[in-house]
Amino acid sequence: MSAYLITIGTLIVIYAIVVCGLNVIVGYAGQISLGHAAFFGIGAYTAALLATKAGLSFWTGLPIVILISGLIGLLLGLPSLRVRHDFLAITTIGINFIVEAIFLYIPFFGGALGIGGIPRVFLFGIKLKGAAFFGLCLFFLVLVLLIAWWFTRSWAGLACFALREEEEAAASMGISPMRFKLLAFVIGTAMAGLGGALYAHYMRFISATDFSFPVSITFLSMIVLGGMGTLWGPVIGAILLGVLPELFRPIVDYRMLFYTVILLLMIRFQPEGLLGEGSFIRRMFSPKFSGETR
Amino acid sequence: MTKPREAAWSHNTSNLSGPWSHSDFHPDGIMQLFIEQLLNGIAMGSLYALVTLGLALVYGILRILHVAHAAIYTVGAYVGLLVYNLTGSLALSFPGAMVACAVVGVLIERFVYFPLLKYPPYVPLIGSIAVMLAIEELCRLIAGPYILTFPATLPFPEIHIGGITISSTLLAVYVITTAVLGLLWYITNRTELGLAMRATSQDLAIADAMGMHSHNIVSITFIIGSSIAAIAGVLVGIHYNQVYPTMGTVPAYKTLAIIVVGGLGSVPGAVIASLLLGVAETLLIGYANIPLPRDALAFIAMIGVLMWRSEGLMGSK
Repeated sequence: MSAYLITIGTLIVIYAIVVCGLNVIVGYAGQISLGHAAFFGIGAYTAALLATKAGLSFWTGLPIVILISGLIGLLLGLPSLRVRHDFLAITTIGINFIVEAIFLYIPFFGGALGIGGIPRVFLFGIKLKGAAFFGLCLFFLVLVLLIAWWFTRSWAGLACFALREEEEAAASMGISPMRFKLLAFVIGTAMAGLGGALYAHYMRFISATDFSFPVSITFLSMIVLGGMGTLWGPVIGAILLGVLPELFRPIVDYRMLFYTVILLLMIRFQPEGLLGEGSFIRRMFSPKFSGETR
Repeated sequence: MTKPREAAWSHNTSNLSGPWSHSDFHPDGIMQLFIEQLLNGIAMGSLYALVTLGLALVYGILRILHVAHAAIYTVGAYVGLLVYNLTGSLALSFPGAMVACAVVGVLIERFVYFPLLKYPPYVPLIGSIAVMLAIEELCRLIAGPYILTFPATLPFPEIHIGGITISSTLLAVYVITTAVLGLLWYITNRTELGLAMRATSQDLAIADAMGMHSHNIVSITFIIGSSIAAIAGVLVGIHYNQVYPTMGTVPAYKTLAIIVVGGLGSVPGAVIASLLLGVAETLLIGYANIPLPRDALAFIAMIGVLMWRSEGLMGSK
């Protein structure tokens, strides 16, 4: 495999991890988040600071990164999740802008220069780069998918699905909306933090604009494209939106336009995503007559 | 490295005061400076209000966060500039921009929002963001990524009162905003169309059942909101002498914060919140040395409002 393919592949896998986290929040618990890049950034900045200022290795830093991302997710989730739907969408946009502004304007976070010189990841004394780092990311993606799968099978996941479908009904059955929304939010932001840590150690240089609002939109587009609330949707979405810009590279000037038009056509004609309920792929591969029940 | 930063929406105040010089300092110079800052803040707030109005109207009637509204505002600035460059007349430039924006607004409503109304609210929201990015890209591809100048002067006099100067563009912003707000108030409160709009915003289905063509009312709402955005686009273009493809990016998200502060869907709330934000931004940046960019202020205010009074300044529970 050429270095070019490995680079794209690694970024796609990192994005897939982050988008899996978003899927827990949006797809499973039904809480719209337009600020997921902020938590991706919080993970990346925590990892970068731990590695460059505290001198911790990736492996000792990782639990701290995940803990801090989840904790900030909890702190920001507490006020945001009190509001619903459109308010939540705007609040999470606000979180994204404020977090980006903090990274950009507070000197501790490197300001406009960002943070550079982040060391590579070592495993048993071997420097992981290229295909080896890709393998590491893939390992974490499998881990994240297993957690997501386990979550959908658990009591907590069931409670989240109930909340997503009908909050009042679920609350009247004794499910605390706040507790399970927060749980989903913390799991989602912790996964974003993990993705951020991998991103920081892979790019080895990060700056605030890597985690700006358009990145959040990209993440959301990925689960919209792949299919919200499905296990593999985030992966499919990350692959498609990761590969498409590369395919459009020859017509680089029109790339963004194609990208947005595809997103628009997708949301207009197939808002369930490629793998979601009632999508054309689901219908094609589902057993006969099951389509009638929808 | 730095792209043309969203100048009109994130200017710092020293540039805003533009032509005034404070070199002739005298005892009431501080007061004079304060009043000039205040006047600038009100102008800034008025421009915010013109863009936010359309958003509040659309949210009120369809419950959709119409992010693409800011792209319509960009289209307005470009079409206004085009017509001005072709004809040299501002009297044609404003109506031209308004018609173009009204068409774009109705197209978005008919082909994107209306078919998506049956889905959960994030679906039209994502559609709206996609539309906004697509329009921005189209503007960039057609007009180029550069900052174009808008060298028009508005036919308003300069006013001098006791050492304070109100430039012609500032005066134009005040007069035009007041006129637009007055007209909008008249339409919504004193005409049959306004009654239909209010009925539709309360309940689309019931309004339909009562024999109103609610879809047409929705389209008219988009026409009104989009033409006001066109006016704002042309005014901002002239005020800062700049028109560029991403000029709608910061307004797109800042206006969302403003409508939350004002109370989602409340038009008077949106206007009051816009004015307050314009003044607060200008004064805070001018006097307090806050380390955050002024664009973050809107969102901080919004989160404060959500904590303290989640229905917004003028909203109802």
